[in-house]
Parts: sequence; C-alpha cells; structure tokens
Amino acid sequence: MELLPPFELLRPTTVEQALAWRLENPNSRLLGGGTDLIVNLRRGIGEAPQALIDLNQIDEMTVIAGDGAALRIGASVKLAALAAHPLVRAHYPGLAQAAASVAAATQRNMATVGGNLCLDTRCIFYNQSEWWRASNDYCLKYGGSKCHVAPKSKVCYATFSGDLAPALLVLEGEVEIIGRGGRRTAPLAELYSRDGRDYLSLAREEFVCSVTARAAPGLRAAYDKIRVRRAIEFPLAGVAVALARDGDKLGALRVAVTGTNPWPVLLEETAALCGGGVDEALLQRFDALLKAQLMAMKTTFTSGHYRRRAATVLARRLVRRLFDGGYMGETR
Amino acid sequence: MAKYHVSTSINDEAVEFLCEPQQTLLDVLRDELQLFGSKEGCSSGDCGACSVMLDGRLVCACLVLGVEAEGRAVETIEGMAKGDQLHPLQQSFLEEAALQCGVCTPGILIAAKALLERNPNPTETEVRYWLAGNLCRCTGYDKIVRSVLAVAEEMRGG
Repeated sequence: MELLPPFELLRPTTVEQALAWRLENPNSRLLGGGTDLIVNLRRGIGEAPQALIDLNQIDEMTVIAGDGAALRIGASVKLAALAAHPLVRAHYPGLAQAAASVAAATQRNMATVGGNLCLDTRCIFYNQSEWWRASNDYCLKYGGSKCHVAPKSKVCYATFSGDLAPALLVLEGEVEIIGRGGRRTAPLAELYSRDGRDYLSLAREEFVCSVTARAAPGLRAAYDKIRVRRAIEFPLAGVAVALARDGDKLGALRVAVTGTNPWPVLLEETAALCGGGVDEALLQRFDALLKAQLMAMKTTFTSGHYRRRAATVLARRLVRRLFDGGYMGETR
Repeated sequence: MAKYHVSTSINDEAVEFLCEPQQTLLDVLRDELQLFGSKEGCSSGDCGACSVMLDGRLVCACLVLGVEAEGRAVETIEGMAKGDQLHPLQQSFLEEAALQCGVCTPGILIAAKALLERNPNPTETEVRYWLAGNLCRCTGYDKIVRSVLAVAEEMRGG
C-alpha cells in the first residue's frame, strides 16, 4: 500500500487566514473532503505538497442560504448535506440529484461542493499508481511529455467528471473566488480553462469560497448520468438540462455536460432551438449541437464514441421529460 | 515533523493520541490505538472495508486524516457489541452466514447500522444502493442484503 507523503496540516478558521497561509505556502494543496485528493497524494499524482490547507473549519464556507429564486452554497458544504437540504430539494431538484449521484454514501459524507467543482480531471493513463505510470513513461498531464490518448497532441485530454458543475451551469452558476486582490465573482463556466492539464483558470493562490445558483420562475431542471455501476463511480457522461415552456413551445433551454470534455460543457447555441415544440426534427438539431461540441476521447475504459452517444441519449431523454411534465428524476 | 495532539471520543470513550499529519484515521486506529477491526482494503475509498462513523456520518477512515478527528466522535466495529451482547446485525450476519473471509464484514456492519439508524424501513434497492460503497468478494451480497432486511424487520418489531 502506498503511504501518504509527509506534509504540514493547516486548519484556518477564516477565509482571510486561509488566503494568508496559501500565499505563504505556494506549494500547498487545499483539502476539502479528501475523497479524491488523499487518493491522488497516496498515488504520487501531482507535486507532493509542503502543506495541506483544510478548508472545513471556516464557518462561512459551510453555509447553504437563499430562497426559491437564488441560492448560495459555501464551498465546504458536504455533498450529502446539499442533497438532503429541503430548500435545495424543493427548488433546485437538478442540483440535489447531481449531489445525490456522486460516488457512494461514504464519499458524499466527506466530499465538498468546492472539491467537486474543482475536481481534478481524470484519465486512464493518469489515475494509476506510481509504478504503473512510471512504467508507461508518465504522460502529458503529469510528469511526462506524451499524451497516450492522442500521441501527437500538444494538449491534455484528461476528462472533467464533476457532477455539480453541469447542474449549476444550467442555473446560471457563479463562483466567488478569493485571491490576492480580494474577492471576485465569475460565471462558473469561466472557472475552467479548456486544457485537461491545467484545468482551472485560477491564479496559484486563489480558491473558490462559494457558488450561487438561480432558479427562474417556471424553470424545470434535472440531472442524470451514466456510469459503469449505477450506485458508485465517476460519470461516463452526465447531463443537466434546465428548460422553460412557453405554452406548447420551448421557451428557454440550457444544457450542460460532464464526463466528455476536459471542462464541463455549457452547450452553446441552444437559444436557436427555442420558439417551437419539442418534436423529432428539433431533437435531431439538438443531437447535432451535442455532436459538434462534445469531444469525448478514450480517457476511460469505455470508448469516447460511446460516451458521446450516451450523453446525447441522456440529453434527449431529459429534454423530452422535462418538457412533457416536469420530470424530477431518480430520487433515493 | 511535529506530531499533533488530538482529543477525540472513540466508541463513547474519551481518547487522546499523537499522530503525524499524514497519518489517516485508519492508520491511527490500527497503528496507534491497536483497534484492528477496521480493515485496509484499497486505500482509495472504493472498497469500504475501513468504514467508520465520524460524528454520526459514515466515512472511509482511509480518506480522513487522523487530525480531522479532533473534537469529533468516532464509532468503530469494536463498539458495536455491548459486552457479550452482539448487535442484532452481528447476530443476523452469523445466522445468515453473511460472511466468509470476514475482511469486508466490519465495514459492512458499520454501514448497515448507519443505514438502519436513518432509515429503519429500507427497501432491498435502498439497501443495495447504500451498501454500494462496501465491496465483498466472497459472499456475493445476497446473504448480506437478506441479513440487513431481516434485522430491519426485527427492529421494527415485525
């Protein structure tokens, strides 16, 4: 069994203290639930940090607040708490579904909202033990110079597979980021670069302290995903849809997809699909948008082709069901 | 690196220990406190053999740092039986032969107890979903699920 490398553990109780320690320790990593970080540290993935900064003792980062129109979620809120929150379940069902669908109960009890939004990108050539990666000459994402998924590629295709990002992207999600210049907010989509290696667009010291979502009146939203085992595992494809009906016409449509690209994709040009009914002709145009914007590569044991098809089927199904009757999805 | 002094409660008993920051709660339980009931399977949160309760929440002890137990209440398999009195789940696992090699058993018992505490009337599907994070390579789950459902019924007074 691989051991964790030595590090110092810092436990700030305010955002400002966390930032100060982050600035003092440029080679630090942020600890949320640890359900991905601890695994990766043990496997020697990424630089061994001098310090871990535990973000779970900061009160303001553990709060869910808001109403049926707008919601603010602290980055250290546990996924189990988000999934079980009455306000979230009542007014943001797609978000509750996404949180409830992450891994298994043991992970959801520790894993945090910020951790899931900033989840490291994944690839079968990367999420492996040290000896496995060493014997394969490492890879472009960490330690090597060659991408084994696309050998001629100059960019890394490791896949983003967080479940919350798509559910928040369709609800106009915005992140609150703290850094050297104080606090700033940015659309959630701008949190992500489009490179699987340096997948976040944050400065070295910056971190996410909360995320907001909005539920416009009449908006129906849901999340669903496909994975190898239905009750545990990262998504092979996950889709969030939010739509509004205008009589018998599609009034608004937002779609976001995880598990395919190195970033969570907020589908572009969906406005062009609005204004008519939901019929097969519309769904075929929808398929074409998805096909053009999703770029699943062979970063999992299933083929990229399969994951793109799976995302398309899920997206179609959610649009139809939400349009027909406010589908609330699987609950458990 | 300096050791951390941690004050915690383990199975309702106040416990203090010293640990290094990189020691997980599982390392502490096994190596420092000689509580060998929680097992190390995968060390990556996949197998659930190290499942323990932390402040009433089911977690993988291999992914929690020992320092994170500061001020919290930890429950392990060692606290499940009260003296010679086995917990109904333990008794049922024996009666239904819901174990073979036994490595996954402590984690599954802790997870099953956590389920029945929050949902005393689970369906078979709910039991299977809840225990999805606990892998068993011997018994094939059927007897485990049957045991949990039998105890749920018994505890409801059925």
